[in-house]
Amino acid sequence: MAKPNEIKYLTAVKAEKRPKKYCRFKKMGIRYIDYKDGDFLKKFLNEQGKLLPRRLTGNSLKFQRKVGDAVKKARQMAILPYVTDLMK
Amino acid sequence: MQNYELMVIFTPVLSEEDYRSAQKKFASLVTDNSGEVLHEKPWGLKSLAYPIQKKTTGLYWVMEYKAPSDFNEKLKIQLLRDESVLRHMFTALDKYAVEYNAKKKSGVNSRTEKAEA
Repeated sequence: MAKPNEIKYLTAVKAEKRPKKYCRFKKMGIRYIDYKDGDFLKKFLNEQGKLLPRRLTGNSLKFQRKVGDAVKKARQMAILPYVTDLMK
Repeated sequence: MQNYELMVIFTPVLSEEDYRSAQKKFASLVTDNSGEVLHEKPWGLKSLAYPIQKKTTGLYWVMEYKAPSDFNEKLKIQLLRDESVLRHMFTALDKYAVEYNAKKKSGVNSRTEKAEA
């Protein structure tokens, strides 16, 4: 008789569950995204200064759009670059 | 009457005095056209993320004001006419933005840290 810890499964048992993503704006009750705050907006950009997808940030659609608008405004006013390398 | 925010980048070659008088010029333009200046903030010299007109730094200035909706066109003409202005941008503020700016003015802004958690 095999001990419980020696039992082998045919298919791999899924390891720990990933924590569920959430929209940080909804959770923290932030309703306005400031385009003047460049350091804050950098959290939603990758190293080339491109916007990260919702898939990665977990933002709700409403706030992802607002982030996009804020980033575009910041780019116009040279607070954030349009294209770059190794921003972080 | 709606709340607006104007952000201007002046050329970095402006002297301290010219910088102040340029701010005054546009602020007085708002008050002359039955508007109201709610808040002004000169950021001073800041490096630009990319060069504008071959300049790598700029003097930033942010103004929040209340004005009739047809006034922005007049202000825009003056801004475009002024040679010391590298770039400007108007933002129409919604109620959440007004709330946020009012909060920031009174100095209880811990938004960035809050969002990190």
